[in-house]
Amino acid sequence: MRGYVIRRVLALLPTLLLASMIVFVTVRLIPGDVIDLMLSQNDVAADKRSREQLIAVLGLDVPMWQQYGRWVSAIVLHGDLGKSLWQGTPVAEQLLARLPVTFELGAIALVVGLLIALPIGIYSAVRQDTGGDYAARSFSILLLAVPSFWLGTMVVVFPSIWWGWSPPIEFTPFAESPGRNLQQMLLPGVVLGAALSAITMRLTRTMMLEVLRQDYIRTAWAKGLSERLVILRHALRNAMIPVVTLIGLQAPLLIGGAVIIEQIFVIPGMGLLLLEAVQQRDYPIITGVFLMVGVAVMLINLGVDLTYGLLDPKVRMR
Amino acid sequence: MSAVLPLDDAAHDPGFWVRLWRGKPLGVAGAAVLALFLVCGVLADVISPYGFNEIAPADRLQAPGVAHWFGTDNLGRDVLSRCLYGAQLSVIIGCSAALLATLISALVGIASGYFGGKVDLAVQRVVDAWMSFPDLVVLIVVVSVLGPGMPQIIGTLGLLLGIGGSRIVRSAVVSVREHMYVHAAQSIGAAAPRILWRHVLPNVLAPIIVLLTTRVGTVILAESSLSFLGLGVPPPTPTWGAMLSGSGRTYMFEGPWLALAPGLCLTAVVYATNVFGDALRDLLDPRMRGGR
Repeated sequence: MRGYVIRRVLALLPTLLLASMIVFVTVRLIPGDVIDLMLSQNDVAADKRSREQLIAVLGLDVPMWQQYGRWVSAIVLHGDLGKSLWQGTPVAEQLLARLPVTFELGAIALVVGLLIALPIGIYSAVRQDTGGDYAARSFSILLLAVPSFWLGTMVVVFPSIWWGWSPPIEFTPFAESPGRNLQQMLLPGVVLGAALSAITMRLTRTMMLEVLRQDYIRTAWAKGLSERLVILRHALRNAMIPVVTLIGLQAPLLIGGAVIIEQIFVIPGMGLLLLEAVQQRDYPIITGVFLMVGVAVMLINLGVDLTYGLLDPKVRMR
Repeated sequence: MSAVLPLDDAAHDPGFWVRLWRGKPLGVAGAAVLALFLVCGVLADVISPYGFNEIAPADRLQAPGVAHWFGTDNLGRDVLSRCLYGAQLSVIIGCSAALLATLISALVGIASGYFGGKVDLAVQRVVDAWMSFPDLVVLIVVVSVLGPGMPQIIGTLGLLLGIGGSRIVRSAVVSVREHMYVHAAQSIGAAAPRILWRHVLPNVLAPIIVLLTTRVGTVILAESSLSFLGLGVPPPTPTWGAMLSGSGRTYMFEGPWLALAPGLCLTAVVYATNVFGDALRDLLDPRMRGGR
């Protein structure tokens, strides 16, 4: 097991390297006139910078390969992602402050998504081609089609018109008051989770249908086991393996969706940080968030692969 | 379907559209909605009752009625007209970005899948790295670097979805590559481009067509998300996403129809592309035919 984990982490390195190159090259696309634009915007900032200073801060004053080396070694050796062009605070510090918020939102969405998807997906498979199955499948496509930013807006607008209720705007950190924090995070989590549940629901149904046709399920029925046991113990566990993979594949969707949800519900997570940085053209923050998100997705997928072994004894981790 | 050879079957095949009509009523409905939306988009200039930016302060925030079917916004602009012009923009962006994405998926997927070996390994690692970034985050970053505008959005979305979708084409190619007819073509000395064009491409066309259809919905959704965040095609061009954000959002309490109309348009179109795409997959992919 330990050897397997080490090998998997080592296998991540080339992907990580490529991902860092993608982030790096994207920022090198900044055309020169954007620097002028930033300079004109920077007039309002406390410390005026000259063009040369700004270029040096962005690290554009040395050859490309040197810039890349400098950038990567600062991250690897010191965890240094540079400083915000506007506030002058280290990017890593800001990211670490925002990460838990987005993580919490994502976790709630994931749980909500599974709570919606699994029961409906199982029901839909067990009662294949009945009215209930058709209703469940139409519902899942509907969830897939409703844009989460629209659903989020509706959830904010209509309760406030009908009952004068609106979600709290002032953000309370979880550590300060878990109750108030959850009260605030639950609704955004549900909206984000609804979008994710559609795909999970469809895959759960397909996998359950496949598993329910296996011989060992027929054996389980023949033994006279109850429906509950056959479905939950014999079928579901085997149907879950691809579903768990899907959760890993959904990580990018979850993080992308969080950007929008955080904007609607004014939640100070990574998404809102990214949007603020984009408005201010704060490139060190943009690259920081960009890189962090990529690394997070890779780690989530690694975690997913490691849980295989728990679900499926056939997958040996050597 | 009885155990007849595919050759015989072709004679009895009632044709794609007949099978769609008989077997997939929901898919037909999806196709109809898409056709309607396409017509609205193409003819927006002709059928819109008002201009998309015709400001009439006297008529501001009117509820849906006879004069304005979908009501008016905070500047007195007709919401129906703006939705129709929004459809036009969605058609342009949706179709061109989806086409570009599918083209990239097909090129990358076929090359990576057919040649295999080191080419495949290298290409797949790049795809891995690429796919660990959420589409929306990449879009936001690219737009922040290049500035908002239609060409940037189409290009980025095409590239993003194209590289992601190449996996689907690749997996189809990997199985086709091992078929006898490909080996036969190789052994009579056919050149790789000829094999790819004459033997591989026609046999992976089904997943490519399905990919194209569902991508239209994905693109429209992504574009509207971007517009919603204020990073899409700049105003006053009406986009469904932008109609739901910005100053529109502040007036949604006084005029909830402002939020309803573009949202329903978006949902209907994306729903339609999904059900149509599902029906296409069931019909075109022989493995999915007759049950699932």
